[in-house]
Amino acid sequence: MSELKFTPPRVSVQTYVGAFVGCLALTLFAYGAATSHLHRNVVLAVVGGLAVVQCSLQLLQFLHLGEERGPRFRLAAFLMMLSLLLILVIGSIWIMDNLNYRMTPQQMNRYLQGQNGL
Amino acid sequence: MSAAVERVAADNRTVLGFWIYLMTDCILFASLFAMYAVLRGNTNGGAGGRELFDMPYALAETIILLTSSFACGMMMVALQSQRKQAVQLWLVVTLLLGASFVGLELHEFQHLVTTGDSWRRSGFLSSYFVLVGTHGLHITVGLLWGVVLMWQLISRGFKGNITKRLTLFSMFWHFLDVIWIFIFSIVYLWGHVL
Repeated sequence: MSELKFTPPRVSVQTYVGAFVGCLALTLFAYGAATSHLHRNVVLAVVGGLAVVQCSLQLLQFLHLGEERGPRFRLAAFLMMLSLLLILVIGSIWIMDNLNYRMTPQQMNRYLQGQNGL
Repeated sequence: MSAAVERVAADNRTVLGFWIYLMTDCILFASLFAMYAVLRGNTNGGAGGRELFDMPYALAETIILLTSSFACGMMMVALQSQRKQAVQLWLVVTLLLGASFVGLELHEFQHLVTTGDSWRRSGFLSSYFVLVGTHGLHITVGLLWGVVLMWQLISRGFKGNITKRLTLFSMFWHFLDVIWIFIFSIVYLWGHVL
């Protein structure tokens, strides 16, 4: 009787080499943007965008997200996590920023607005 | 069901279960990122990211960890074609690069502490050490896990459940590099300009 073996998803060298080179390029681009003399908001947007792209590349190619057929449990779990994550992070930052503003005396507000902005 | 089919079904459930664990770990890191975002400006009169972070150093750490994740992928390719020597070689490469990463990170932490910028200095530094330190702790535990897997490969080869174990390890290792992407981008790169 042949023994059935657990088989992980099929992978190829090209998948990993391609993703590796892509991630390396994205990392270097982000680094270049951050250490350049571009405007602060441009750097934030570019670096943030590149991070999301690299994350997607690694999720798809290294972690094989979306490759399963049949009931897509992994994808479902991932989407659930992503929803919770966005609520948690955006919610926390929004609330704490609002709280910070409300807890700051008005004189300090005007002073701080003259500094780095509130 | 035959024993072999049950074994495979159980292994598939384990892989899904481990994936769900990784998703909960993402939530953990998300809460640490949220904390870091809130405390980012609380430098207590001390230094902030711009002054403290060495950019080329952080880039080196990033490339080392990325290469380590790539090596782990190559290990899985070798596992697919059952080439034992190649699996062992790529596992060693993965672990050596991972150890280099931890070494660099510990060196960075030590430098911060000895110059007075420890986690006690400010809320910003507290959140930095917890976020980056938790990731480093995950890497360290992963290295121990990898060493145990290496031992099993040497002593028992491909007998038993090494395939499932290596699959779980590789998922863990890739996941840690995904988290690092955000640490590098949000803590180091954003920290340099904000």
